[in-house]
Amino acid sequence: MNANQIIERNACVTGVGQSDIGRRLGRDPFELTLDACLAAIEDAGLTVADIDGLSTYPGNFGPMGFSGAGAYQVIDALRLNVGWYDSGIETSGQLGSVIKACLAVAAGLANHVVCFRSVWEGSAQGDKGRAGVMPGGGGGGDEGGGGGSIKANDYMQWQLPFSAPSAAIWIAMFAQAHFSKYGTTREQLAWIALNARRNAALNPNAIYTDPMTLDDYMNVRMISTPFCLYDCDAPCDGGTAFVISRTDRAKDLRHPPLRFEAVGTAMRGRPSWDQFDDLSAMPNRDAAAQMWTRTDLKPSDMQMAQLYDGFSWITLSWLEALGFCDVGGGGPFIDGGANIAREGPLPLNTHGGQLSAGRLHGYGFLHEAAVQMWGLAGARQLERPPEVAAVAAGGGNTCGCMILTRD
Amino acid sequence: MSSAGTSTEAGDPPFRILPRLTDKNRDFWTGGARGELRFRRCQDCTFYIHPPQPLCPMCHSKNLATETVSGKATLASYSINHQNWMPGPELPYVVAIVECVEQEGLRLTTNIVNCEHDALVVGMPVRVLFERHPDPEGDVYLPLFEPDASA
Repeated sequence: MNANQIIERNACVTGVGQSDIGRRLGRDPFELTLDACLAAIEDAGLTVADIDGLSTYPGNFGPMGFSGAGAYQVIDALRLNVGWYDSGIETSGQLGSVIKACLAVAAGLANHVVCFRSVWEGSAQGDKGRAGVMPGGGGGGDEGGGGGSIKANDYMQWQLPFSAPSAAIWIAMFAQAHFSKYGTTREQLAWIALNARRNAALNPNAIYTDPMTLDDYMNVRMISTPFCLYDCDAPCDGGTAFVISRTDRAKDLRHPPLRFEAVGTAMRGRPSWDQFDDLSAMPNRDAAAQMWTRTDLKPSDMQMAQLYDGFSWITLSWLEALGFCDVGGGGPFIDGGANIAREGPLPLNTHGGQLSAGRLHGYGFLHEAAVQMWGLAGARQLERPPEVAAVAAGGGNTCGCMILTRD
Repeated sequence: MSSAGTSTEAGDPPFRILPRLTDKNRDFWTGGARGELRFRRCQDCTFYIHPPQPLCPMCHSKNLATETVSGKATLASYSINHQNWMPGPELPYVVAIVECVEQEGLRLTTNIVNCEHDALVVGMPVRVLFERHPDPEGDVYLPLFEPDASA
């Protein structure tokens, strides 16, 4: 790889921001979105007039609660003059939107891009839980509202007729394939959830902070085997935003810039939840492998990892894909929690992840990486702010990853 | 013809959200009327294609036709669902991915029926059976799978 081709190194995180975050805020999600964007811009030491680009995931569509606002709404609300903008769901994970922003600033299409992801799934689901946004569940699921006449179209026709409407079931089948192939156990997988909950206790914005024991985990109700309730992330309301700047514009801003050392976007199998070639892995396998071809750094150089946990097994899968342990060795690696604890060799999901800190859908992991690397994580700050971190988001058919460095 | 039966059980099937039938998917969803699990197949390179698409992903031929497979498959993965997401089969029920014996990677998401849950093993042989759903827009036959004692 010619170093001149690794253009993400010309991009860095210069500011991060979040709105209020809660299980069910009952607030206008557009307002939460704008709160997050303005917070990130101020955090960078910039003004709205400095922002000349915008990127978001997924855009203004999807099941109720899935998106708080789209690109056009925010561009208009802040009267942005953009040299580049983009939104979309068909990309390399939720943070694919950030990777696209890196490429845009590196290409000179913009200098400072605001990136955002906002959700209001907590309020949308209301007191019906996830059933509230399922087709026929009384909400406005993506195949139409309730009633007996709804039909499944496109990809969902291969899932809904078999009463498999949730990613919990789809990812559970990946996890079961991994369990069956490698002997992974629930007692091992539990440590993703236990580690997250332990870390969340130090995060004032986390949704769930009560202590959780292995017995609690093993005895809570099952959702879809091998997943129990605590393997599933916590729907919430809130927005997260970043400012991605070109390095030559980042020197005199508020924080030390966090440079993108390398990113990974590859998908070398079918983009599908049930047709991917290896059901015990996901395209994170390909995104991670590609990322390591773009850097001389090694997994052992990472001082922290913030890895997506929409479902606990996805984090285990990212640990394997990124080479923190052998493929198939994720269960033994996390067993007991020492390897991933905040005091351990690879502090993992130090804010509590989506499992305990709330389903901010990918963006929460990059936010946490930045505040830890800047030494601004408050009670949960790692003793030594990391200089190098791995961040990854996505599961199923959508995966992307990155390495951040603080010079 | 498949050797499998044409219904899972006597009595009414559970509530299902049915596929919207189109010219692209009708052969798949109605094959159960004759006990047949059917896929589109490339007539030039013999590759089975699922889900249906306008051309063969291997050779890009548009010379495709519907063909019937044996209905025999292996269990690629599964999950025993305990959560009441929406009206459906009695809880808990088994969602699975099966791989047809005719071609590596020819997979379906489906349900496993007529099987004790603790007997589920990845790799076990299964065979198709169909759950009929009368519908004004055309009856739909969901391909479900059960253990295949003959394999």
